[in-house]
Amino acid sequence: MSAQSRDAAIVGVYEYPSRDVEGAVNPLQIKAACAAKALADAGLDWKDVDAIYDASESGPMSGLMISEYFGIKPTVMDTTSVGGSSYEFHAAHALRDIRSGKANVALLTYGSTAHSNALAIGAGGRGGGVSPGDNMETFAGQTLVANYAMVAQRHMHEFGTTSEQLAEISVATRFHAMRNPEAVKAMEDLEFMNIRETTVEDVISSRMIADPLHLLDCCMISDGGGAIVIASAEIAASCSKKPVWILGSGESIKYPENGGDITVSAGAQSAPIAFGEAGVKPIEIDVAMIYDSFSITVLTLLEDLGFCGKGEGGPWVSGGKLRFDRPSDGPAINTDGGGLSSNHPGMRGIFLLIEAARQMRGESHSQVEDARLAVAHGNGGMLGARHSAATIILARD
Amino acid sequence: MMSDEKTITRPLPRVNEQDTGAFWTATKDKKFIYQQCEKTGEVIWHPRSHSTGSVNGELTTRVSKGEGAIYSFSVVRLSYHPFFKTKAPYVVAYVDLDEGPRFLTNVVGIENPLEDVQIGQRVKIDWEEHEELAIPLVRPID
Repeated sequence: MSAQSRDAAIVGVYEYPSRDVEGAVNPLQIKAACAAKALADAGLDWKDVDAIYDASESGPMSGLMISEYFGIKPTVMDTTSVGGSSYEFHAAHALRDIRSGKANVALLTYGSTAHSNALAIGAGGRGGGVSPGDNMETFAGQTLVANYAMVAQRHMHEFGTTSEQLAEISVATRFHAMRNPEAVKAMEDLEFMNIRETTVEDVISSRMIADPLHLLDCCMISDGGGAIVIASAEIAASCSKKPVWILGSGESIKYPENGGDITVSAGAQSAPIAFGEAGVKPIEIDVAMIYDSFSITVLTLLEDLGFCGKGEGGPWVSGGKLRFDRPSDGPAINTDGGGLSSNHPGMRGIFLLIEAARQMRGESHSQVEDARLAVAHGNGGMLGARHSAATIILARD
Repeated sequence: MMSDEKTITRPLPRVNEQDTGAFWTATKDKKFIYQQCEKTGEVIWHPRSHSTGSVNGELTTRVSKGEGAIYSFSVVRLSYHPFFKTKAPYVVAYVDLDEGPRFLTNVVGIENPLEDVQIGQRVKIDWEEHEELAIPLVRPID
């Protein structure tokens, strides 16, 4: 552990509390409100920011517009936009930029009104794609849910994974959500039925959306947003909150290949790079914030992060071991309630970093006792086709 | 907005798309063409104008016999698309053609989409004809 370099730390976080803004605010306003709160959380102000990271979720060429909106003149501008994992990419790039001396205070923001806009993300037509790959695929009517379902189907075929095992992920995540007042409010505002802790039976008896994924295997579609401030060690030393160090990062992209294995995600490439740089082993991790667009996403990513072998995820997640109050059974997952039960405005990667930082500070509603190491792993795009992955390893002092 | 119910069709590919247009043009003759890098032997899918096998690789166009096996699939129960919502439940599948290309399609010619499709099942291309092109769907080989 002594070889770890601690050059950049998360010093400010904020999660937008509402998941249903009813059209009262737009994504840009959510981004600015969150940025101001995250900077205040760090004891910093707009003038301190010299690096901006933006995933263009509020519109094309956002890099030109967002600096003006915030009133910042950045010397580093990064508009990496690769879906829901963009924010883990941004954190990786902020670490690199701060380490190189090009940046001192990095600001990451996200805002979305996916729910208010009634976006049919999961079961929409997937039409409108303009890439050559899209031109070969849109005729088949594969919904987003069906794309992830094809990973689950193959995983079940190869490894004997069951719907009951996948359901364990949804159940543990809901258990955490019920402890998070904002998640409970979210489910109320989005008119969830029977807002309570769930059982495996609840999940597998919910209606099938795309075989083998049931309704409760799928994330919600909410409004929301957040912001993160990442600073150099020098600045972190004088910030209001204790630093949450970024120890390592890894990035990857995967896409459909002839003869490829869709049970293996891009995370299999990004995770060893991140853990290697951090000098940390998966078994040491206390909290795993894993992108939960669907239950199968988490199962696949847990394997690819190295918590268990490929194909062993089903047994590994069984028996309630993913809960925050069972630290001896391995890491707690998605202690904020995740995309499955707290918020998913389309690209939820920023919330993985926010909750991981809360855990390292001791501020979570489902606080893992004496948590010291966390991983945030984002997955963007479509798990069963072209997708992105970035892994971030975090630690407290 | 569609005013005439009869005009609602599956979303059709753009025949003038530069990388994949040649593929769709060939479907008019019910030919499933794919590319292979002459230098490395790599089968390229989806179609494109350059070889990903090597910067010096020339692409040869080949014609598939149109048979293969299901790699994975899902039965779509819920779609909001104006065409597909009328088709649910329907099967989407990745099919591995014997020559190598893995393509996304629908499985047709089955009685019960919830039970009649399996991973590894042998299938052959079943062309759905349209004005400017044909769509390569698949059906199980008896």
